[in-house]
Amino acid sequence: MTTTTPMGHGRMLRKEDRRFVRGRGRYVDDLQLPGMLHLAVLRSPVAHARIVSIDTLAAEAHPKVKAVVTGAMLAERGLAWMPTLSGDRQAVLATDKVRFQGQEVAFVVAEDRYSARDALELIDVEYDLLEPVVDVRRALDPDAALIRDDVPGKTDNHCFDWETGDAAAAEAVFARAEVVVRQELVFPRVHPAPMETCGAVADYDRIEEKLTLWSTTQAPHAHRTLLSMFAGIPEHRIRVVSPDIGGGFGNKVPVYPGYVHAIVGSIMTGRPVKWTEDRTENLVASGFARDYVMQGEIAATREGRILAVRSHVLADHGAFNGTAAPRKFPGGFFGVFTGSYDIEAAYCSMTAVHTNKAPGGVAYACSFRIAEAVYLVERLVDMLAAELDRDPVSLRMQNFIRPDQFPYTSRTGWVYDSGDYPRAMELALQIAGYDELRAEQAERRARGAGEPLMGIGVSFFTEAVGAGPRKDMDMLGLGMADGCELRVHPTGSAVVRISVQTQGQGHETTFAQLIAEELGLHPDDVDVVHGDTDSTPYGLGTYGSRSTPVSGAAAVLAARRVRDKAQLIAAGMLEVAPDDLEWSTAQGGGRFDVRGVPGSGVTIQEVAMRAHGAGDLPDGVEGGLDAQISYNPDNLTYPFGAYICVVDIDPGTAVVTVRRFIAVDDCGTRINEMIVEGQIHGGLTDGIGMALMEFIGFDEHGNCLGGSLMDYLIPTALEVPDWETGTTVTPAPDHPIGAKGVGESATVGSPPAVVNAVIDALAPYGVRHADMPLTPSRVWEAMQGRAAPPF
Amino acid sequence: MTSLFEEVPATADADADVPVRRVTVTLNGERRAADVEPRLLLAHLLRQGFRLTGTHTGCDTTNCGACTVLVDGLPVKSCTMLAVQADGHDVTTVEGLAGPSGLHPLQEGFKDEHGLQCGFCTPGMMLAAKALLEENPDPTEDEVRFALSGNLCRCTGYQNIVKAVLWAAKRMNGSEQ
Repeated sequence: MTTTTPMGHGRMLRKEDRRFVRGRGRYVDDLQLPGMLHLAVLRSPVAHARIVSIDTLAAEAHPKVKAVVTGAMLAERGLAWMPTLSGDRQAVLATDKVRFQGQEVAFVVAEDRYSARDALELIDVEYDLLEPVVDVRRALDPDAALIRDDVPGKTDNHCFDWETGDAAAAEAVFARAEVVVRQELVFPRVHPAPMETCGAVADYDRIEEKLTLWSTTQAPHAHRTLLSMFAGIPEHRIRVVSPDIGGGFGNKVPVYPGYVHAIVGSIMTGRPVKWTEDRTENLVASGFARDYVMQGEIAATREGRILAVRSHVLADHGAFNGTAAPRKFPGGFFGVFTGSYDIEAAYCSMTAVHTNKAPGGVAYACSFRIAEAVYLVERLVDMLAAELDRDPVSLRMQNFIRPDQFPYTSRTGWVYDSGDYPRAMELALQIAGYDELRAEQAERRARGAGEPLMGIGVSFFTEAVGAGPRKDMDMLGLGMADGCELRVHPTGSAVVRISVQTQGQGHETTFAQLIAEELGLHPDDVDVVHGDTDSTPYGLGTYGSRSTPVSGAAAVLAARRVRDKAQLIAAGMLEVAPDDLEWSTAQGGGRFDVRGVPGSGVTIQEVAMRAHGAGDLPDGVEGGLDAQISYNPDNLTYPFGAYICVVDIDPGTAVVTVRRFIAVDDCGTRINEMIVEGQIHGGLTDGIGMALMEFIGFDEHGNCLGGSLMDYLIPTALEVPDWETGTTVTPAPDHPIGAKGVGESATVGSPPAVVNAVIDALAPYGVRHADMPLTPSRVWEAMQGRAAPPF
Repeated sequence: MTSLFEEVPATADADADVPVRRVTVTLNGERRAADVEPRLLLAHLLRQGFRLTGTHTGCDTTNCGACTVLVDGLPVKSCTMLAVQADGHDVTTVEGLAGPSGLHPLQEGFKDEHGLQCGFCTPGMMLAAKALLEENPDPTEDEVRFALSGNLCRCTGYQNIVKAVLWAAKRMNGSEQ
């Protein structure tokens, strides 16, 4: 039953599991350095207040305390504020005001973790309370309190405006459309909540003047550059190491104040300093996701031809714009909100505002806001189906971009690379037994009272991942390319160094498979090095499903460059012209043979030895068998999928049970089927979590109501079904092996399927829409005709 | 005494007003002792005191189960148990799961069925599963899901974890080799 492919793509057990199943993972908090100190952060208990005074004397007198640092102390060194990935700034420690509950106010460095926490209790902060801005809809009211008075000239809580599409063209279509459906759709604030919280160990070596930062980062190279620019430490004197990471999901993309605290603490004390956030700190203060209030409109003919989609988005970015998205895309890739449909016109305007809530915005496997975009269009299409009394599947089929239309340029300018949407939808219907499900539903409804309310929800998504082309995309001026460095050793084994970093995605396995496939090696003979800026080439890291589309392409191209060189060397060894050789892996390993004479040639291992060994090499060929690539993608890749969710709702308690979930994903060529499926399972679970239970809410004072895993509910093994998956493969034309990336597909595609299923179940109650999270109380309210937004 | 807990030094420390208690446990079959503050959590004694970092802490509120260990064979969330409460008891962590001959069937099952991705929840999952299989060697899928419902995972969607536990159950029952 356990099969490992001798080389190349296919199901292969993961190399990294050897250490993980033994408890020998190397997470940041596992690090124990000699003389290491521990850091704890004092956080604001309130959402909005002026800091009147901070008294640290008692904390400093604690026998185990080595340093107590406030914003005023950082300000003296010019370190009180740091840039965010979206060009705003964020307080490292509050100097003037606190702007959200949980904001960093001071930190303590002490001999041990408990003493550091003890000392926090000894710090006395006097706050002068200010009116908090909590309701996103009132953030721009003239009488709303001003949050960002740190920005000269700022008079309101406006963050940015953004638009895409053609407003006039959309208006013309809407004006003449036979059918228009409008709905406010709220995608509430949620949190990625990886099982490992964020943390860092900073070790500043005063002799070498070099900083080593082990941190929970998905983007070690970008963090190094940012830290250098901000802290003034030359970039070659910073080493960022991202060791094993206990899940990221976008939560570990931003540079957090805690990382900077640890660095400052280490510089001040001359000793290594560890900071590990607890779960409450993670939930209340680190990067949230979503928080969009979307006014959606869809226009169609009476025959169901979708003509246009339009939306206005009110985006809550919290106190600081901590979004991590390419610079020209302040709303992320929300622009793909036209979904998988061939329509005439589209327009979206967005207003982003500040509130007294934690910063963040792009996280939780959203593919830069595509989760919000897919939710918008897939709810609207379902509501249109209800309005027209059409089956939601046939309506989608009628409007899909046809396979012969690819590459397809959407009305908002995105060039969809390839797709076969009807094929994926058909497969999902077949796995689900869709007609039988509808028949069962009709039967149950006919039976009436006492029956569970059965709902069938459909969603179809198209993603845009693999950011991104240099001409369009950068973060803080850094192009979104990724590097790969490949070295083949004399004995024919290899090491590949990549700029992306794994948080569970299995890079140590899949990148070995990529190289093995290209060079005819066994994946066990390829070591993957990642997560350490001192030993890997530059690149922007792992998020936005970009590892395979960008870094994976770099790895393949590096291997092909090595193979090209190997061919020259082999030709020399065999005394034939390079073109007379053919490459094959049919005999269990890579080899060059004289064309038409199998077995006449040399193996890749023999070539490697010659490349490093004695004897002449062909003219112009250097020794060694290495290659280095920095890959800049020409286009994004566009994975897609068809999802069907079946729910049963208890009419007495309004509890939603997900009975079945069918997911057909097309992410192009799959490197390791097992790993792809695993990522889909995880994403589907996220979707059920967001749709049914996860919610970062706030009371009117700005207190976070989702500040622990007792309040922020994430699915357990009991809330999710056995996933039923299916595969279609439409290769990506611009990627060297046709792969598209899959890490976020299911998280993006599944929430509307679940919500559509719940609304379908509630159709007998006349429910048209209800916002997430569809908790029993909120479903109950909807059943009573009192559906209301979550805030 | 085989190990001092570095973060909470022993009585020799100048900080005389911090009370310490001697804790002796049988840890993965070996007798270990440490002098600890009474407030010290078992998870922290294991991780920093005994340097067994396979026990992870993910939530501080007994929800996530990443810190699950076995105390006298029963699954316990070690972030919610004081180290002193473990005094005199038998503690098993992930590091003690395998015998000298290699991997425990649960470890093999998690590898073979792809029951882990980031690996952070994995030790707790395996120990919770071990307790289940000792009580119920032939569980149904529903029983496995119920037994693991105190352990959260953000990566796998649970399906392959359930398969891994069922795989191990079969292997341990000798019904599949």
